[in-house]
Amino acid sequence: MTESRSASPRRYAIRLWSVHHARALERIYNGLAHLLLRLHPMFAALGYQRFEPPVRFLEAAVKKPLFGCRMCGQCVLSSTGMSCPMNCPKQLRNGPCGGVRANGNCEVIPDMPCVWVQAVAGAEKMAAGDAIRQVQPPVDQRLGGTSSWLRVTQQAKAPSSLQGPRR
Amino acid sequence: MTPSPPDRADGQAASETSGRDINPAGVHLPLDPLPGHASRGRLERILRRGEFAVTAELNPPDSADPDDVYDRAAVFDGWVDGINAVDASGANCHMSSVGICALLTRMGYAPIMQIACRDRNRIAIQGDVLGAAAMGVMNILCLTGDGVQTGDQAGAKPVFDLDCMSLLETIRTMRDEHKFLSGRKLTAAPQVFLGAAINPFAPPFDFRPLRLAKKIAAGAQFVQSQYCFDVPMFRDYMRRVRDLGLHEHCFILCGVGPLASARAARWMRTHVPGVHIPDHIITRLDAASDQKEEGKRICLDIISEVKEIEGVAGIHVMAYRQEEYVAEIVHQSGVLKGRAPWRKEPNPANEMAEARLEESARAPDQALQALAAAAAEPET
Repeated sequence: MTESRSASPRRYAIRLWSVHHARALERIYNGLAHLLLRLHPMFAALGYQRFEPPVRFLEAAVKKPLFGCRMCGQCVLSSTGMSCPMNCPKQLRNGPCGGVRANGNCEVIPDMPCVWVQAVAGAEKMAAGDAIRQVQPPVDQRLGGTSSWLRVTQQAKAPSSLQGPRR
Repeated sequence: MTPSPPDRADGQAASETSGRDINPAGVHLPLDPLPGHASRGRLERILRRGEFAVTAELNPPDSADPDDVYDRAAVFDGWVDGINAVDASGANCHMSSVGICALLTRMGYAPIMQIACRDRNRIAIQGDVLGAAAMGVMNILCLTGDGVQTGDQAGAKPVFDLDCMSLLETIRTMRDEHKFLSGRKLTAAPQVFLGAAINPFAPPFDFRPLRLAKKIAAGAQFVQSQYCFDVPMFRDYMRRVRDLGLHEHCFILCGVGPLASARAARWMRTHVPGVHIPDHIITRLDAASDQKEEGKRICLDIISEVKEIEGVAGIHVMAYRQEEYVAEIVHQSGVLKGRAPWRKEPNPANEMAEARLEESARAPDQALQALAAAAAEPET
C-alpha cells in the first residue's frame, strides 16, 4: 500500500494508458497464452519448476511497468479491463467499493483514479469484457511472487496436477 | 417526544400482524423454518411476505457497559424489523458487532450483524459467523469496509483478506454446502439471511446495477443502500435494477436518515466516504429556522418518495446520534401501515444455558468428590 501511495502521477499515466489500450493488450495476451500453450510439451518435459525463475522475471518485467503488477500469482487482468485490482488499497477483486469519489478517484488515495472505475472503462473496450461480471474468489496468499502465466498454462493442460486457489 | 409503539396504541391490530410470526406451540419456542427461507428470522419472513420492512442502525457505544447497548436498542422497540450492529463503521473503534449481537440476542432482539473485511481475515470471520449463528444471529450483512484512513486509528494495518463479494460467497457456502472456504465440513451450518450494501450514488454509475447482480450471484438476499439524499439518482438506479430483473431476486432497502444541520451535512459530504448530498438539500437546511426539524422533514419527504419506487422493499434508517427520532420518523412516514414489528424474540440459547446450569447445580458434590479423589491419589 505504501508503494502506491508514493507512486508518481506518471505511474498512473502508464496504467491509464494500459486501460485505454485494453483491446490491443487483450489481443497480445491471447497471443501470448497461445504461445505458452504450444510450449507446454517443453515445459512439461523439462519440468515447470525449472522455467519458473526466468518466466517470473519476464512476467514481472512486462507487467510491473504496464499495470503496476504486484505478482499476486493469480492474474485477473483479463477480467478487470486491464486495470490491476491489486493496486486498489482494499485489493478488491469484485468491483468498486462504495467510497469512490464523485470525480472517480480513490477513497483512500485521493489523487489516484479508482482502479475499478478504470476497470469498467477498460472492460467496455475488450472483446471478452463481460468477464468483469464473474465473481472472483479471494486471493490465495500462497501464490504471491510466482508466475501466473506458467500456472495458467499448466492448469489449462493438466488441471488436476495443480491446485488453484481453493474455493 | 417518542410516540408509543403501535401495538401499545392498538393492541388488537398488532397481535393480528405479529401473530403470524409466533410458533403456534408456544411463544417461547423458535420459529419453524419456512420452505425456501434461509433463516428462521423475522426479517426474512416480513420481506418474503411482501411487507415494507424497516431496519435501523444502532450507534455502537465506546464503552464496556452492556446497559449502553440495551438503552440504545430500547428506542427502536416495536418500530424496526432489524437492528444493524455495525462493525467499526468509518474505521472507528467501538464495541464490536459480535459483542453487540451477543448482548442483543440475549435479550431476544433481531440484530443484523455487519461484517467488514477491513479488520479480520478469513479465519477470524468464519469463526465469528459460526459464533454469531450459535448466539441466535439470523441476519448477516457483508461489507468491504471503509478504509482505515477515515477512522481514529489511521495507522492500523488494513486486512481486506476477503472482499464483500467473496465474503458473501464464503458464508453462503457455509450455510448451503455446510463447509468452510477450505472445504472442511461443518457439523451444523449457520442459518442466516445474507445481506450486502449498495451505493447507487458513487461512480461508476453504469456498473453499479451490475455490481448488485454480482452480489446477488454471490449470495446477497437483501441489500441496504447508502444514505439516499438524491431521489432522482436513486430512481434512475432502480429503473436499471428493474430492467435487469434484480429486484425479483433480492430485497432492496433504501438507506435514509435525518441530517442534524447544514453544517453536519457539509461535514458528512467531505468526511464520510461514499455519501452524496446534493446542493439543494444543503440550501434547504441553510434556509430553515429550525435546521434539525427541517432535516427530519427532508428525511420524511425522501421516504415518501422512495417507498413508491417499484422494487423498494423497505427502508434502512441511519439516524446517527439522533436515534431517538427513528420511532418518530417511522411513525410519521406511515411505512408500517399500522403493522407492529416484533419487539423481541425468545432466544433458545438462554433456555439451553439455564438447563445446563440446572444440570450442573444438581450434581456439584459428585464433581467435587471426583476432584478430591484425583488430588488424593499418590503421585508417581
